[in-house]
Amino acid sequence: MRKEENKKLTAAELPVGGIVEAGTAINFHTGSWRSQRPVWNKDKCISCLICWISCPDGSIKIVLNEKGTSVVNGIDYDKCKGCGICAKECPTKISAIAIEQERK
Amino acid sequence: MMKTAYSKGNLVAKTGNEVMAEALRQIEPDVVAAYPITPATEIVQIFSQFVADGTVKSEYVAVESEHSAISATIAASAAGARAMTSTSSQGLCLMWEMLYIASGLRLPIIMAEVNRAISAPININADHSDTMGARDTGWIQIYSENSQEAYDNIIQATRIAEKAKLPALVAMDGFITSHCMEVVETYPDADVKAFVGEYKPERYLLDVKRPYTLGSIDLQDYYFEHRYQLAQAVIDARDIILDVAEEFKRTFGREYSFYEKYMLDDAEVAIVIIGSAAGNVKAVVKELREKGIKAGVLKIRVYRPFPAKQIVKDLAHVKVIAVMDRSDSCSGAFPPVYSDVTASLYSARVLGPKVLSYIYGIGGREFCDEQVVKVYETLGEVAAGLEKYSREVEYINVRIK
Amino acid sequence: MSAKMIEIRWHGRGGQGAKTAALLFAETIMATGMYIQAFPEYGPERMGAPVQSFNRISEDPIIIHSGIKVPNYVVILDSSLIESVPVTDGLDKSGKVIVNTSLSTSEVAEKLDISINQVYVVNASRIALETIGKDIPNTPMLGALVKVIGTLDIDGVLKNVKTKLMVKFRHKPGIVEGNLASIKMAFNEVKS
Repeated sequence: MRKEENKKLTAAELPVGGIVEAGTAINFHTGSWRSQRPVWNKDKCISCLICWISCPDGSIKIVLNEKGTSVVNGIDYDKCKGCGICAKECPTKISAIAIEQERK
Repeated sequence: MMKTAYSKGNLVAKTGNEVMAEALRQIEPDVVAAYPITPATEIVQIFSQFVADGTVKSEYVAVESEHSAISATIAASAAGARAMTSTSSQGLCLMWEMLYIASGLRLPIIMAEVNRAISAPININADHSDTMGARDTGWIQIYSENSQEAYDNIIQATRIAEKAKLPALVAMDGFITSHCMEVVETYPDADVKAFVGEYKPERYLLDVKRPYTLGSIDLQDYYFEHRYQLAQAVIDARDIILDVAEEFKRTFGREYSFYEKYMLDDAEVAIVIIGSAAGNVKAVVKELREKGIKAGVLKIRVYRPFPAKQIVKDLAHVKVIAVMDRSDSCSGAFPPVYSDVTASLYSARVLGPKVLSYIYGIGGREFCDEQVVKVYETLGEVAAGLEKYSREVEYINVRIK
Repeated sequence: MSAKMIEIRWHGRGGQGAKTAALLFAETIMATGMYIQAFPEYGPERMGAPVQSFNRISEDPIIIHSGIKVPNYVVILDSSLIESVPVTDGLDKSGKVIVNTSLSTSEVAEKLDISINQVYVVNASRIALETIGKDIPNTPMLGALVKVIGTLDIDGVLKNVKTKLMVKFRHKPGIVEGNLASIKMAFNEVKS
């Protein structure tokens, strides 16, 4: 149980109509319940970005390279829930993402 | 001689459906989504003609069912539009789960509802089973005695709903009101538009600068607080309803409140009733008063929120009360209006009045003056201590044996 | 029921315009400064089926919304209904029946088994054929009803019917004239 329990909003404080502000995932480490983790191999990756577009949680990190092109830069383990879609979608010939048991 | 209540008012001969469509045209909501069902069909049929003719700029969404009608209305309202729909009977039933979503999301949707019995067996005529079934959905419910009230109520409901952030339905009796042509005073378009004003939602989904999530999961830790909020909002709607009625009276000259009292203040016997039948009851009371019988009427207009405290105050002095329900709860105990009235009296420790329960007019069964007279006779006998009165629901004008 | 209130029941067959007649009657009477109600009987709709519609007219606002049980006037658009429908239901001794028929008052009174003093006849179908060119008896019967009630303003009614029909048939002035002529003719011809 988190210590925030006693900080929960009251009916008077809650926004009406069940509105939840957008972008609040940034406040939480939603990757904490992961049982498997994807491991990215920088040398194999060709930055086709299929994993990036497939990830339901936006956990594939990308950056601009010197040519101004987006390239994969790693995996955001704070958000990644270990669904494995990135590994599945990574082109077979490349196999730049492997799935491993979570080490905790 | 016929007079208008409002200096710029216009007397017209219109049916309840026609005048409801007229109000919708004047309010000119951004979106109307509906599916036709007797006896409410004409409302959206006439309104869709206004749209086709270009007399309103509203977006009319012809959908494939009532479930879709209310879903589209909810979506439009969540997106920030002033959204309305109309239905009846089975149509309202098919909307069921979405009614709770409309109120839970606090969307100020307006519904023009025409009261009709519920199948089976199939019946298209008036009773209140449909809206009474929806009494605990978190919608504001306003009932109309005649076409004039239906017109005035839908105009007021628009303001009430948007201020209270709650959906509201305005009901009138199927065929008895919806298809009866009578004299109605309508107001100029500009004045109705000025009264309802422009709808400016605080938050809406199409506001791309302030995005938010709507309809998220809400479990043990927060759901209860949200439902408590909803229940409080319905309570708080009471003041809003009175404020809007006050402004309506100042603007258009007609007086409205939670309920109408007719000869009630000094009444010894009284009937509590909702809808078109109240007119007949008033007519009977007028005659009884001429004979010296102290009869009165309390006609409920706003059923949700239920004006419990006010009703208790106005009924406390009455010796014997008959609560007339036009729907049955099939609960093995008592129908809805009776339950609300008696619970209100009991919780306020007002135990003086004897309260009798009657069910009438189911499926459009004729309810006429003779039956009203008979109820008042019974009330008079109970008041005089002459009659051992029934502690159970009495059914009027049904062949039992 | 207020003594001043007049209650009317129309009998017709689906398609003959019993509902339209009640609505048109109400609208035109309202334009002469009286309160009105017009409502149909609600049931399955099909051509030729016996149908009813109703009117209330009164100097005072009308607050009752129950059905009409004891009509002051019964208007019968189709004389064949006399045989098949209880058209005199609820009629008391002061009630009057107006029938579209070529029969005499005594013949109709005998068929209906009521006093001859309660019966009025007019050949509205013939009048409609002569004036409108079609057997649509509802508008001429409106003229006959105004005459029999006696307290209504026929000129006001004609004026208001004209205004109303002009909107609907503004490209067919012949229809408007025909309808007005039919009302006048029935008003003059209806006899007791």
